[in-house]
Order: sequence, then structure tokens, then C-alpha cells
Amino acid sequence: MTEITPAPDTDLRPPRSQWLDVWDQFKTHRGALWGMGFFVVVLLAVTIGPYLWTIEAQFIDIRARNQGPSFAHPFGTDQLGRDTLSRVLAGGRVSLAVGITAMLLALGLGTLIGVIAGYFKKLDGPLMRFTDLFLALPLLPLLLVIIMLFRDTLRAAVGPETGIFILIVLIIGITSWMQTARIVRGDVLALKEREFVLASYSIGTPARRMILRHVLPNVLSPIMVSATLGIANAIITESALSFLGLGFPSDFPTWGRLLFDSTDYLQQYPERVLWPGLAISLTVLSVNYIGDGLRDALDPRIRGR
Amino acid sequence: MAELRQNPLVEIEGLKVHFPIHAGVFRRHIGDVKAVDDVSLQIYEGETLGLVGESGCGKSTVGRAVIRLYELTDGHIKIDGRDISHAGADELRPMRPAMQMIFQDPQASLNPRMTVSAIIGEPLDEHQSLSPSERIARIYELMDQVGLNRSFANRYPHEFSGGQRQRIGIARALALNPKFIVCDEPIAALDVSIQAQVVNLLEELQKKFGLTYLFISHDLSMIRHIADRVAVMYLGKIVELAPRDDLYADPAHPYTQALLSAVPEPDPEHEAKRQHIILEGDVPSPSNPPQGCNFCTRCPKAMDICHEIEPSFHAVGDGRYAACHLLEDR
Repeated sequence: MTEITPAPDTDLRPPRSQWLDVWDQFKTHRGALWGMGFFVVVLLAVTIGPYLWTIEAQFIDIRARNQGPSFAHPFGTDQLGRDTLSRVLAGGRVSLAVGITAMLLALGLGTLIGVIAGYFKKLDGPLMRFTDLFLALPLLPLLLVIIMLFRDTLRAAVGPETGIFILIVLIIGITSWMQTARIVRGDVLALKEREFVLASYSIGTPARRMILRHVLPNVLSPIMVSATLGIANAIITESALSFLGLGFPSDFPTWGRLLFDSTDYLQQYPERVLWPGLAISLTVLSVNYIGDGLRDALDPRIRGR
Repeated sequence: MAELRQNPLVEIEGLKVHFPIHAGVFRRHIGDVKAVDDVSLQIYEGETLGLVGESGCGKSTVGRAVIRLYELTDGHIKIDGRDISHAGADELRPMRPAMQMIFQDPQASLNPRMTVSAIIGEPLDEHQSLSPSERIARIYELMDQVGLNRSFANRYPHEFSGGQRQRIGIARALALNPKFIVCDEPIAALDVSIQAQVVNLLEELQKKFGLTYLFISHDLSMIRHIADRVAVMYLGKIVELAPRDDLYADPAHPYTQALLSAVPEPDPEHEAKRQHIILEGDVPSPSNPPQGCNFCTRCPKAMDICHEIEPSFHAVGDGRYAACHLLEDR
């Protein structure tokens, strides 16, 4: 029966952390590495950059307005003579912060509701109807109402910029979790019937650990996809809100704001839309690549290929 | 095995598992699928009870209900003297180590995102507090017991063959030193040469640890090989229960006779001369079983009484039980 002879002990290595395997696989994904490299550069640029490029984003030098790229202003200046590079750097801070926090919020909410609805049969109906309710809400009127109701209160409580930041993150977060919830719920429903879940149930694993150990790791792929799309979505929604005058104040730079401001001058100074546009699309692209690489790396069936 | 007979480890009494059918706009309860309908069994310590029957007769449901993976509709289950029929999840948890299960599909029963050591170690994490070195030592010990190379510990289930995956499943079931293991068609998904290996492994482990098996299968020759007693199920009920040799030598119930006549004979000359009992028609729906005996619609020996009165499950000789009107005066 035991035709397999025990291996020599030298061959044994203690179970290694799964995350090392994940990292090994992630490293083999060229696009993901490039994406991650670029994303880190962008993060460093928007966090440390303003300290190195010391021109104030709000500083107006009206005599230097509408300039093209030069050594003094590598990205040129806008119609008020503000330096575009420092505005892109400062705007990136806000846009990335909004994108990442709003994505995390939407993802957390969506995954939580999806897993609970899929796993606990009794909560499935109510939670999914709740999701449908949110899907059916008309977004724009809702945003107008929310901002009208809460903007001034929040501004008074935590300061104008933090207030609007919290408001925007919350708005984007609570209006974009539904797709994640639906996808996750569907996957959890299918997963719950698999025999390994039954096997785990047969040793008496309580629901909480069952979800963490068996359910969540197996629904990671759709969550990952939602996450990468979510960041892009949040950055773009934020710019749309700013454009409508519902977001940050008009002199406060974000990537979306810069883009919309530059569209007025598209005919005269087409290069001006380039910088925020490039920043948004390259960041979104790099995040997508990271997500792609992570999804592959987290699946042991693809790992090692 | 006779001396072990005295001590029933698992007692099943009047077990019923019905799955409700809901239909219509208001999801009204319009009936039940009677997957298991009044099954009583005793499984003695150290024995292997084979449970056979055709697809859909409820044998897997019995197996799962016995270790309370399903809620019982009615009846009682006692394992090792403790009634678990209506225990809640928290109450069941400390009793779980004594009863384990080996699943049919070794591919589906292993989490694809866990390594072998994590899969085998899961029951240990749940029920024992071992130090990391003790834990890994126990995992290696279990892997040795089921004939898995220790260096496989860091691999994932998709890297293994079906037989090896089933060994991983067996190692997981053994991790908590269970007394009673439900083997739910553990060999049905494997090819024949691997089937023999896995069955031999199961027998070896039974000898070593004194395990008690409820071995569910539709493979009559395999049951003949491994079981001490055999229960035959038809449409949610047990029709015959007998020691293995008696059952195969002299099947009492017409359904058992038909089943056994379907097992092919290795000798072609003998096979050609044999009389097959061919059953007509299909198995009735378990949501709407026939009146009287469940088997009366297909039974070659059906009488008038069979269509009216349900036969009782009664003793028909030494340690043998059957549910048939033909055998009632025996």
C-alpha cells in the first residue's frame, strides 16, 4: 500500500508562508511589476514631490500665464500663471486619496454585504433587496441632496477641505458597492455548496472562520477586479463631481478639476489637458495591471506556470 | 466480528430527512422530497456497514444526516451513547472529532487555495491547541499513515492525482482520531486500480485504529470486499440488512435479488447461463412515493397486499432484517 517511500528529511522544508509564494508569482508578471513600479513612483511624487518642487499650487504669477513647457515650468502654466506641475502633484494627492479610500470603502461594504447575503440564507432576501434599492437610486439628484444637506455641517465640524474629502469619499463609497456585492454574493452561493465547505462544517468550524478561511480566499478574484476598476471609477467620479461644482472648491486642484479646467483651452493649448489626463489614465492602467498580477498570484492553480 | 456485535457505536432510529418543495409566487410549501424516510440502523463498534442502493435512493443523505450535516426531520441518532439528533452547532462542536467523513469527489472536497498541510491541519487548528512544531509533526505523521510523501506538504490540491487527493481527504478525516467515519462513495470518482489502493488503505487504517465505517457505495463488489454487514436502500428506506456473506449467498428481498443479479460474473460461460432479473420502469419520485411498499411498482413478485400495506422492517433470521410481505411468515 505504501509504495511511496518516505522522503529523506533533507527534502523537507517547513510550510512556508503563502505570501512568499504569492510574491514569487507576482514577480513573474511583468506588467504587474511595471504597474507597481509606476504606481509607487506616482505615490512618491504626490507625497514627497511638493516638498521638492516648491512652487505653491495656488501661487498666481499672472505675468507668466499660458506658457508652454520650460525649465522654470516643466509642464507649463495655466491661464492664471499657476505652475501646472505643482498643481498636478497637489491634485494627485487628493485624487489618489479619494480613489483609494473610496474604493476601499465600496469594496469593504460590497464584500461584507455580498458575503453575508450569500452565506446566511435568511439575510439573502433583505440584503439583496437593499442592494437593488441602492442600484435604483438616481445618483445625481441624490448627490445634490446629500451635498446640500451635509456640506456646511461637515465643513464647520472638520474644516473645509477635510469635510469635503470625507463627504466625497462617503458619497462615492456608498454609491458604488452594489456591483461588488452582487458578484460576491453569487460566488459565495456557489461556493457554499462545495464539498470542502461541507467538510469544514463537519469538523464544527463556526461561520466566522468558515468565511475567513474558505469563502473569502475563493472569491478574491472578482473582488480584485472590482478593486482595480473601483479606483479608476472613484477618480473619475470625483472629477465629475468637481466639474459640477459639487466637489472641492474651484481653486483646489484635483486631477479631474485640472482636466475640466483645461478643456476650455483645448483649442489654444492642447498640451494642457495632457498632463492630468496622462496622470489619470496611467495611474488607472498601472492599478489594473497590479490587480491582474495579484489575481494570478493569489490563485495557486495559476501560480508556478 | 461476532464478539464486537454487542456494542453499538451508532444507533439510528426512525431517521427521516425531508427536503421541502416550495413553488408558486408565494413560495408555498407544497410537498417534501422524502430523501430518507424512516431508516433504523445500528452500527457496531469496529465494523464496516456497507450501504448500497441505486442513485438517488438517499444513501448519501443518510450518511450526511448521521453526522448531522443535515437537519433531521424526525428520528434519533445516538453516537457513542450520546443523542445528537437535535443538538445545536455549539453543542455538536465538541462531539465532532469523534465522527468524520470522507467525501466522494476528492477534487471538490479540498479547498484549492490551501496547501496540503493547511488542509490536514485545519481540524487540528479547530479542536486542538498544538504548538507549531507539534502541529507539523502531527501533519507529517498523518501523511505517513495515508502514504503521502512528506515533501508534498506545501503543495496545492490541483497538483495531485485523484488517488492522492483522496488520501489527503482521508488524512484530514483521521486528524482528530475519530471513532466513526462516514465514507460517502470514497472510491466512486477514482479509476479501478486506484480504487483498490484506497480501499486497502481504509481497511489497513481500520485495523490499526479500530475505526467504524459507514461505507456508502453503489459498487456491490466493493461492498462485498469491505463490508461486514450490508444494508440495501431503495427510495429512502432500508429494504434489507444482513451480514455480508448471507446477503450475497441468499438475498431475501426481491430488490436485493435484482441488484445482485445485475453484478456481472467474471466467468463468461457462467455469465451466459445466468438468469438476470430485469427491473421494469423507473424509480418513483421520492416526493410522491407509491402507496404500500415502495418497491411494489417494479417488484416482479408484487402481490395485492403490496399495493396497500407498507411492509414492516422485521427480522428474517439470524441477524437479518428485511421489509417484504413475502418474508413475513418466515
